[in-house]
Amino acid sequence: MTTIDITEQGLRYLNETLQQQSTGTNQKEWDIINPRGSHAIAVGLDAPIQVTVNGSTGYYCGGMNKQASITIKGSAGPGVAENMSSGMVVVEGDASQYAGATGRGGTLVIRGNAASRCGISMKGIDIIVAGNIGHMSAFMAQKGNLVVLGDAGEALGDSLYEARLFVRGSVKSLGADCIEKDMTEAHIKQLAELLERADMDADPAQFRRYGSARQLYHFDVDNVSAY
Amino acid sequence: MCGIVGLFLKDDALKPQLGEMLSAMLITMTDRGPDSAGIAIYGDETAGQTKITVQSGTPDSDFPALEKHIQDQTHLAKDKLSFTMRDTHAVIVAAETDKDHILTLIINNHPNIRVMSQGQSIEIYKEVGLPKNVVERFALTQATGSHGIGHTRMATESAVTTLGAHPFSTGSDQCLVHNGSLSNHNMMRRKLRAEGVNIQTENDSEVAAAYLSARMSEGETLGEALTSGLNDLDGFFTFVVGTKTGFGVLRDPIACKPAVMAETDAYVAFGSEYRALVNLPDIDQARVWEPEPAEVYFWSH
Repeated sequence: MTTIDITEQGLRYLNETLQQQSTGTNQKEWDIINPRGSHAIAVGLDAPIQVTVNGSTGYYCGGMNKQASITIKGSAGPGVAENMSSGMVVVEGDASQYAGATGRGGTLVIRGNAASRCGISMKGIDIIVAGNIGHMSAFMAQKGNLVVLGDAGEALGDSLYEARLFVRGSVKSLGADCIEKDMTEAHIKQLAELLERADMDADPAQFRRYGSARQLYHFDVDNVSAY
Repeated sequence: MCGIVGLFLKDDALKPQLGEMLSAMLITMTDRGPDSAGIAIYGDETAGQTKITVQSGTPDSDFPALEKHIQDQTHLAKDKLSFTMRDTHAVIVAAETDKDHILTLIINNHPNIRVMSQGQSIEIYKEVGLPKNVVERFALTQATGSHGIGHTRMATESAVTTLGAHPFSTGSDQCLVHNGSLSNHNMMRRKLRAEGVNIQTENDSEVAAAYLSARMSEGETLGEALTSGLNDLDGFFTFVVGTKTGFGVLRDPIACKPAVMAETDAYVAFGSEYRALVNLPDIDQARVWEPEPAEVYFWSH
C-alpha cells in the first residue's frame, strides 16, 4: 500500500505517479488522502491497480480510466469516470452531473444518487446506481447498460440509440424516442450479472427495461449484432 | 463559469468569523472567474439606523465631498452619522429617516458615486480583480455578521467593470449573485423599467435581482418571488439571493451550473464546488447535497 497526500505532494505528482504504473506493476494498492474536492484526481490510469480516494472529489475523477479500480469514499463532482474504457469506478456517496459521460467500457457504480445527465452519450460503459438519477440521463446513449435501483428524472433516454436502461423505481418522463420494452429471460440474466458485479442486492424481476423506439435515428437491423 | 459561495449562520458564536470563512471560500473559487469579485455581508443592525454602501473610482476626492454634503444637508448630530471609507467604497450609517434624503442627494449631486447597497444590515463590496485582492482591499476577513454571499466573475453578458461585478442589490437589504446567463434579460429590463424599476447596468444578472425585488415589493416572499422567476426568467442560472433575514438558492430546470450545499447545526453553506466548503467546521459530519433543479431553497433567521 502506497499513500499519496494530495495536499502535501500535489495533484500533478499523484497523476504522474499513477499514470506511470504498468500492467505488470507490483504496486497494486494506492491510498489517496486529502482530495478536498480537487479536480481530475486519478485520471488517465492504465494499469490493474486499486486506488482508494479518501474523501470527496471535484470534476472528472477517474476520467479516461483503463484497467484501474478506483473507489471514492465520498461524493464525486461532475463528470466522474468520464470517457472510461475499462476497469471500475465506485462512488460510495452521490455523483454530480454527467457521471460516466461518453464511457466506452468498464463499470461505474454509484452507491448514492446521481444527478442530471447520468450516462449521457454512453458508448459501452455499464453504470449501476443504487439511488435515483436526475433529468436527461442517458441522453443519446449509444451502447452499454444503465441500471437504476431508485427513480429516474425527466426525459430519460432522450434520443437514445442502443443503450439499455433498467429502472426499478418510477420514471418521471421518457425522452423522445425512448420506450418501455419487454424484459426477456436474457435481459433478466444480464441484469442479475450487472447487479452482482456492483455488489447490489435487488431482484431483477422488479425492474423495467427502456430502450430506443428506433424512429429517430436510422437503425439498420443488419447492424444489430454491433450492440 | 463564475464561482458562488454563501454562508448562513445558525450558530451566533460563528458570527465574528463570517468574513474570514466566506473570504476563504471565495478565494478557493478564484479559478472559476478571475475578472472581478464581490461580497455582501449582513452585519449587525441598529434600530432606526440605515446603512448605505457607496463606491467611487476617485474616492479620495469624492468621499470627503460627499461626507461634508451629507453633514450639511441632514439635521443629524455628527456623532449619529458615520462615514467609513474602505478603499473605493464607503459605508454611511445614518438615521433611517434620512435614508431617502441621502440617496437622493447622492444620485442628484454626485454622479461619480454609485450606490452599491442600502438597508439596515447589508454592506456590499465589489471590484475588478482577483478575489484575494478584493478581500484584502476591503479587509473582508474582519467582517462580522449573520450571513453573506460572495461571487467571483467570469464575464459573459456585459463588460468587466465594477458595476458589472456581483452581488447586485436592487432593493433594501436584498442582493443576488448569479452563475449563468439569461437570454431574455433585454426584454425583461424594458418591462421592469416600464414598471418604474431602476436598473443601472446592461448586465443580465442585475435584471434578475431587479425582477425579484419588484416581485417582493408587490408582496411576494422571497420564496414566492423565486418561484415566479422560474416562469419569467429564461436562460441558465444558479442564483443565491440574500435578504435581511434569509438566504435563498434557485437553479434553472436544466441545471448546468454547478451547486453544492452543506448543512450542519451551525450553518448552511453554498458553493459552486465542494472545494469551497472543505475548510468549514465539521464539514465531514455535514449533510452535503446537490440542490435539485427548479426547486426553491430558503433559510431564514
